[in-house]
Amino acid sequence: MSSINAVTASRYAADYPSLKARLPGQGLAWLEHLRTEAFNTFSQHGFPSPREEEWRYTNVSAIEKKLFTPSLTITANAVSQDDLSAYQLQDTWSVVLVDGHFSAADSLLAGLPATVIVMSMAEALVTQADLVERHLGQAVHHDEHSFIAFNSAWFTDGVFIHIPAKQLLAKPIQILHLVTQADVLATTRNVVIVDELAEATLIETFAATGESLAYLSAAVTEVFIAQNAQLTGYKLQSESDKAYHFCGTYVKQARDARFTQHNFEFGGLLARNDTHTDLNQAAECTLNGLYSGINRQHIDNHTRINHLQPHAISRELYKGILDDRARGVFQGRVIVAEQAQKTDSQMNNRNLLLSNDAEVDTKPQLEIYADDVKCAHGMTVGQLDEKSVFYLQSRGVDNDTARNMLTFAFANEMVDKITVRSLHDQVLEHVLSRFPQEGVNKEWL
Amino acid sequence: MLSIKNLTVSVNDKQILKGINLEIKAGEIHAIMGPNGSGKSTLSHILSGKSGYEVTGGSVTYQGKDLLEMPPEIRSREGVFLAFQYPVEIPGVSNIYLLKAALNAMRKHHGQPEVDAMDFLTLVKHKVKLLEMDEKFLYRAVNEGFSGGEKKRNEILQMAILEPKLCILDETDSGLDIDALKIVSEGVNSLRSPERSFVMVTHYQRLLDYIKPDFVHVLAHGQIVKSGGAELALELEEKGYSWLEDLAVAQ
Repeated sequence: MSSINAVTASRYAADYPSLKARLPGQGLAWLEHLRTEAFNTFSQHGFPSPREEEWRYTNVSAIEKKLFTPSLTITANAVSQDDLSAYQLQDTWSVVLVDGHFSAADSLLAGLPATVIVMSMAEALVTQADLVERHLGQAVHHDEHSFIAFNSAWFTDGVFIHIPAKQLLAKPIQILHLVTQADVLATTRNVVIVDELAEATLIETFAATGESLAYLSAAVTEVFIAQNAQLTGYKLQSESDKAYHFCGTYVKQARDARFTQHNFEFGGLLARNDTHTDLNQAAECTLNGLYSGINRQHIDNHTRINHLQPHAISRELYKGILDDRARGVFQGRVIVAEQAQKTDSQMNNRNLLLSNDAEVDTKPQLEIYADDVKCAHGMTVGQLDEKSVFYLQSRGVDNDTARNMLTFAFANEMVDKITVRSLHDQVLEHVLSRFPQEGVNKEWL
Repeated sequence: MLSIKNLTVSVNDKQILKGINLEIKAGEIHAIMGPNGSGKSTLSHILSGKSGYEVTGGSVTYQGKDLLEMPPEIRSREGVFLAFQYPVEIPGVSNIYLLKAALNAMRKHHGQPEVDAMDFLTLVKHKVKLLEMDEKFLYRAVNEGFSGGEKKRNEILQMAILEPKLCILDETDSGLDIDALKIVSEGVNSLRSPERSFVMVTHYQRLLDYIKPDFVHVLAHGQIVKSGGAELALELEEKGYSWLEDLAVAQ
C-alpha cells in the first residue's frame, strides 16, 4: 500500500487520515486499496484546474479556500416534514440522503418488490459486498479527473440499487440529496444496476433545507444497463444559491440498452455536471438538459458519448438560459470508435442570453474514427427569435408578453419531456419562478 | 374596409412597392397575383405590421383608421389576420395555449371577459373537425414538426377561431398537394361572409379554382399592372406573367 504523501496539493488531504477510519466499507481490502489510490491521486493534483482542457471554463479554486468538512453521522430530525415535502415525490420510492448519509426515517420504500434492492451504500458494502465490488469504480476510473478521485476516497454513503432481470418497476425511484447545515461536505457514491430486459426510472434531486447555505455536494453515480434493459433518468439540481455542486453520472450501456437522461440545472453558485455514457452495439442514449443561471451563477455541463460498437444511436439537446451575470458552459464530446460503423448521432446546444453581462461558452467536440456514420451537431447562442416575436404579435399578443412567452417556451420545451407528473409540476414551478412570467398564464398550460 | 392609396415601400433603400392603389369592401375577395419578386409578400407584410420595411409614401386606411400607425398586435385585435407563408415553429408553446392567448387578447381589447374554458374547448374542437385535423394537434407545440400542409391548415384554424374581419392569405397554397388545398379552401370558404374580406396573395391560379375571387390584381415590379375579375386569372394561366411584366416596364 502506498503511503500518504506529506506534501499535498490540497488542504483537504490533511484531514483525510483521521476521516478514513470512519468511512463505510471498513475491512474490505479492495475498497481500502481503491480509496488509498484515489486519495493519492487527489492529493497530488488537488481539485481540477482550468489548465485541464475539460475544466477550462470552470474554476473551482474557491472550494479549496472554503474547506468544507464532512458530516460523519446523521443528525436526528435534521429534516422537517416541510423540508421533505418540498422535494420528496410522493409517487416514487424515495431514498433520502441527508448531509451525505442515508436517512431511513425520511425514506419511502414500502411496497418495493422483494427482488429489487434499494439500500444505502454503507449497508450494501456489508450485505452486497461482492456485487458492489464488481461495479464500484467500473463505470468511471478515479483517473478521469480529481473530483472522481476525491469522491472515491471521501464518500461517506450513497445508494445502491439493483433491479433484477425482466423487472418492470411500477414507480420511479428517487434519490433525494438534502443538505441541512452550512459548510458541510456531502460526498456520496451511488451504484445502479439494471439487469437484462428490466426497465426503471431514476430521479436524482439535489437541494438544501436552508436558504443560502454554503456547502459542497460531490456525488458520483455509476450506472450499468444490461442487454436490452432501459433506464430513464432525471436530475433536478436545485442546490442553494451559495452551494458548490459536482455531480457525475457515468453509464455503461450493454448491447441494445437504452438510457435517457433529462438534466435540470437550476441551483448552486458553481455547479458542474458530468454525464458520460459508453454505448455498446445498437444501444441508444438521449441526453436532454436545461440549465438556467441568474445573478452570478456558474453552471457547467459536460457530456461525453462514446460510440464503441456499430449501430448505436445518440441524441442530445442541451438548452441554456442565462440572465444577469450568469455564466453557462456546455462541452459536448461525441467519440465514434473505428469499429462503430453506422453510428447515428445528433448533438444540439441552444443558448438564450437575456442580459448583456450573461455569458456562455459552448464547445462541441466530434471525434470520429469510423467512416460510415451519420453525425450532426448544431450550436446557437443568441436572443429571442424576432420572427417568433412577430408571429405572436400578429396573433394579438403584445411585444412584452410575446417575449415572456418565448423565454418560457424555450425552457418549457425541456420541461414538457418529463413524463413523471409530480416531477413535471415541480420543475415547471422552478422555471416559472425564475423568469418574468407576466402574460404567461399557468392555468392555460 | 381597406383602402390603400399610392403606397410606396422600401427595404434597405430599394423601392419594392411603387405606388399601390387598392380598395377592398366588406365581403369581397381579392386575389393578388404576380411573379416571384413582384412585391406580393411585401404587401402582406406591410398590412400585418412586420418590421424591416420603410413606408416612403401613401396611406393605408382600415375601417377608417390609419393602419400603419398601429402596432402588429393592435391590428390583429382590430381584426386583421395574416396567414403566414412560412408559419413559425414555437417549441414549448402548445397550439391550444396560443389559441387561448390570442383569443383572450382580442376579447380583452374589445372589453369582453376571458373566454370560458369549456366554451373555448367546444369551439376549438368544432373548428378542428372542420379542418379535418386531429385533436392531438392542439396539444402539440405550435407548428413544431408539422408538415407544410399541416402548418397551413393550422394557420386557417387560428383564423377560424379569431374570426378576423380582414384575412390576408400569404401564399397559403404554396407547397400544398391537391387534397390539402381542398381542405384549406373549404376552411376559407366556410368563413366567407358579407362582413369579412379576403386578400389572397398567390403565385398559382389553381387556388382560385377552389376559392373564387371577386377581383384579381396582377402585381409586377411593385405595381398593380392589371386588375379584373376572376377571368383574369385564367388569362394569366394561359399566357403567363411575361406580357404583364413587359407592361410594367413600359409604364
